[in-house]
Amino acid sequence: MYKTNRRTFVAGVSAAAIVSGTRVASAQKKYDDGASDTEIKIGHTNPYSGPASSYGVIGKLHQAYWKAVNDRGGINGRKVNFITYDDGYSPPKTVEMVRKLVEEDKVLCTFNTLGTPCNTAIHKYMNQKKVPQLYVATGASKWGDPQHFPWTMGYQPDYQTEAVIYAKHILANVKGAKIGVLMQNDDYGKDYYEGFKKGLGKDVGQIVKHVTYETTDPTVDSQVIQLKDAGATVFFNISIPKFAAQAIRKAADIGWKPTQYLNNVSASVAATMKPAGFDNCQGIISSQYLMDPTDHQWNSNADMKTWQDFMAKNMPGANTADASYVYAYSVSYLMEQTLKNCGDNLTHANLMKQAASFQKFRIPLLLPGITVSTSATDFYPIQAIRLARFNKDSWDQFGDIMHAEST
Amino acid sequence: MEQFLEQLASGLANGAIYACVALALVMIYVSTDHLNFAQGEMAMFSTYISWQLMQWGLNFWVAFVGAVLISFVLGLLIERVILRPLHNAPVLSVVVVFIGLLAICNSMAGAIWSYLIKEYPSPFPKSSFGIGGVIGAHQLGVVLVTLIVLSLLFVFFRFTPLGLAMRAAAQNPQMARLVGVRVDWMLALGWGLAAAVGAVAGIMVAHIVYLDPNMMGGILLYAFASALIGGIGNPGGAVLGGFIVGVLENMVAYTGNQIEKLTGVYIIGNGEKLTVALIIVIFVLTLKPAGLFGRVVVKRV
Amino acid sequence: MPPFPRKWLAVLVALAILIPLLHPVMPDLVSNYRLFLVSTMIIASIAVLGLNLLTGFNGQISLGHSAFYAVGAYTAAILMDKLDCPYYLTVPAAAILSFVVGYLFGLPALRLEGHYLALATFALALSVPQILKYKWLEDLTGGVQGIVLLKPEVPFGLPLTEDQWLYYYCLIVMLILYWAAANILKSRSGRAMMAIRDYKIAADTMGIDTALYKTVTFGISAAYTGIAGALSASAIAFVAPDSFGFFLSIKFLIGLVVGGVGSLTGSVIGGIFYVLVDNSAQALSTFVKNDLGLQFDLSAYTVFGILLIVLMYLMPMGIAGGLFMAMRRLRRG
Repeated sequence: MYKTNRRTFVAGVSAAAIVSGTRVASAQKKYDDGASDTEIKIGHTNPYSGPASSYGVIGKLHQAYWKAVNDRGGINGRKVNFITYDDGYSPPKTVEMVRKLVEEDKVLCTFNTLGTPCNTAIHKYMNQKKVPQLYVATGASKWGDPQHFPWTMGYQPDYQTEAVIYAKHILANVKGAKIGVLMQNDDYGKDYYEGFKKGLGKDVGQIVKHVTYETTDPTVDSQVIQLKDAGATVFFNISIPKFAAQAIRKAADIGWKPTQYLNNVSASVAATMKPAGFDNCQGIISSQYLMDPTDHQWNSNADMKTWQDFMAKNMPGANTADASYVYAYSVSYLMEQTLKNCGDNLTHANLMKQAASFQKFRIPLLLPGITVSTSATDFYPIQAIRLARFNKDSWDQFGDIMHAEST
Repeated sequence: MEQFLEQLASGLANGAIYACVALALVMIYVSTDHLNFAQGEMAMFSTYISWQLMQWGLNFWVAFVGAVLISFVLGLLIERVILRPLHNAPVLSVVVVFIGLLAICNSMAGAIWSYLIKEYPSPFPKSSFGIGGVIGAHQLGVVLVTLIVLSLLFVFFRFTPLGLAMRAAAQNPQMARLVGVRVDWMLALGWGLAAAVGAVAGIMVAHIVYLDPNMMGGILLYAFASALIGGIGNPGGAVLGGFIVGVLENMVAYTGNQIEKLTGVYIIGNGEKLTVALIIVIFVLTLKPAGLFGRVVVKRV
Repeated sequence: MPPFPRKWLAVLVALAILIPLLHPVMPDLVSNYRLFLVSTMIIASIAVLGLNLLTGFNGQISLGHSAFYAVGAYTAAILMDKLDCPYYLTVPAAAILSFVVGYLFGLPALRLEGHYLALATFALALSVPQILKYKWLEDLTGGVQGIVLLKPEVPFGLPLTEDQWLYYYCLIVMLILYWAAANILKSRSGRAMMAIRDYKIAADTMGIDTALYKTVTFGISAAYTGIAGALSASAIAFVAPDSFGFFLSIKFLIGLVVGGVGSLTGSVIGGIFYVLVDNSAQALSTFVKNDLGLQFDLSAYTVFGILLIVLMYLMPMGIAGGLFMAMRRLRRG
């Protein structure tokens, strides 16, 4: 899908990344705005209010994470000043808040700003200002484009890649599939759907029905009925946990038994599978790159134990069944490493260079075998996922770890 | 044909949800003359209370009654503490206070119980009825409960002195006061009742849409439409309005599907079903401006 | 409510024009970001003014002004994106289109009153994001992904930054629109508008064409809000359907009520409040957490709700009304 060879490390730095001016503070130490001998400022936006406020927990974990880093003595002796603002998932508000971060607070970079439309609204601005927009919290496929946007980098496997993998799996395993797709009617759903169609290639005609829902819809019952009526034998479920669970349950209720593929967004056992009823979920295929905190197969995993200790110590009272905490922890860890690797050269350019220099780097809570690799031409940190099949009350991973290029 | 029946059944089931919440809206309107934007969030909060009671080991029906009673008291308190000082404020100012309440209920629920969706049990047996199992037991139960609540309200307002006093207090406070009705307390009582009805609605809805702090966001929009179609002051109309919106919406999607099947051209589908349903509703309303079942109020000059 | 005193108005306008020029002297105080923030306030106040013309001066309620805002924003965005139309032409275009949409919508709205009008406008607010995502319009509107735009360039080689120019641009538009609104309200038509609000039946019998006035007011109100939408498309340089949901209408309504229903000054206050309230709620929430050391996690959204309720307690007639009452009390001694 992506022409660049993602495992090639290009020595040196991307031409684009050196252009920005840096000033010399002392013999070895180099700083841009937002960094000094004592402090590193990083900025973040997140919906703490409004209809998307369930993502607010990501911001809360980041706050706890950076506080814990500072309690350990900070990064290379510098305290991290993590500034987070509420944008209510509204792009105009994101623009306002991010400009405040960059121009008033003068942060070194933004980190894990959340939402596809929100990040789209600041994409150009960040690149004009040449301030790193690191590890954005969206799975859209447009964040890894170093040629045009050398200051923006994604984090999680993008939706399109994931959808391509499902499409290939369907073509290889289900003969003469008639596919029904349920999709959330926004850019997240659209991205999956586009990838899915790309993955089917010439067999795109196998999609017999494509239905959408709005997040204000109370239920997706009507949509599921339409899919059943179209005679679909494969069900690709592109929805957030609440609606995914509804759809799985409704399908069982009306006696529709297709082969089900569920997007990774809703792969949480606690948030989707349990509410949908384990009986109704047997055999559903999804994919994962992170460990699910509610999946008991990880109970004795060392990473999971460390994370649980972290949660108990720094966020007592938080609901550890929420997969967002795992996500936020892992991306914070990567940010911490990136800042560490910068050493005393805390400039925008060096930060981008370090972010683009990870080689098979292991982040805790990623599935065993999945690592982060980036380069001057590869701005997709995680590109690997593993298919999993739901069995009894937990996910069974199967097959190889899949990369975009291996599909 | 099978799809038609299934869509009809699913429309009725959704309609029951809207009807339930619409009833709570009408309650407030009948007793205080306000449209309460925070109704959905209050119902959500009540549902969490019942969930919490069940977590503490209570049986479903005990938790149900407990949550309804607690909601009644909370509703009463909200009126006495928050709205009382605003009795003489303009309507729009009260609407803003409702929005404030909405924000508070929503964020407090998130802070206390987290935003993760929770499954909520159904008190009804797990089976399906009708041809090909088109309607589930819970959906049928919701319809039943809605109708029971409706009849109780009808009896209460029509045949009890307290109900009469409440109607009087809402429609003509001055006159009611003159004949000895304690208008202030009637308003508070109205809030209490509305909160209690909301709790019933929330508990019925939660099994279907799952419990989370934002579960009522979308439903409230539909409930508003339902309540208004039926004539905002008419509980029976609100229930019927709920069913109309639920069925109409599914029928729009169904028709769109059939057109696409026949002609191969996409004209309307799920993305537009709410829009089209609302356009139909508004068109009807322009012909019958007092709602389908509302009485036309003759204005005195 | 009496209009704002004229001499103070002149001083304020002069300040608004001169302050950005202090940028070279006090770069931090008059930063580009702050000018941008003030620009968003100006845009919000134009939108609130539009709503005020309809609700405050004509007595028709609307929960659907986010729709007109969206019409304006998309008109501007599509003109700039597809037709390479210069940004300054988008404002009149947005005004005309929003006027037409508002006028047409005002026709069925004539038959609806009070809560039913609220429902109809509410339906409008819900439908517009759906229509923007509609399959056959996707080529035009960019569908769910929206349209990314360029920021307005500084014309005539003026020595201004983009944000300074945007600020002046918004300010000029706002001053013209306020001047126009004030004049409409002072005229015979304005008195007719308010007569309809206060006593429709009496207005009817006095020979006022209430249907015409109501629909035209709807159109003008929509045009104002549409202009605000067009300006916001230029300022944010991005439009997407989900920025224009029902909650935006609610925010305009909050701006209207908090500023002051039926007060031009109130619209400005409402616009400022609209932008500041989120930020101050956040600041208060952090303050409570960090400085007061409260263990319970008081979220910004809770603070926002409490702020609204307290404001309505203290000033049920909005800030403009509250200030007016306070001034009158002071004068009386």
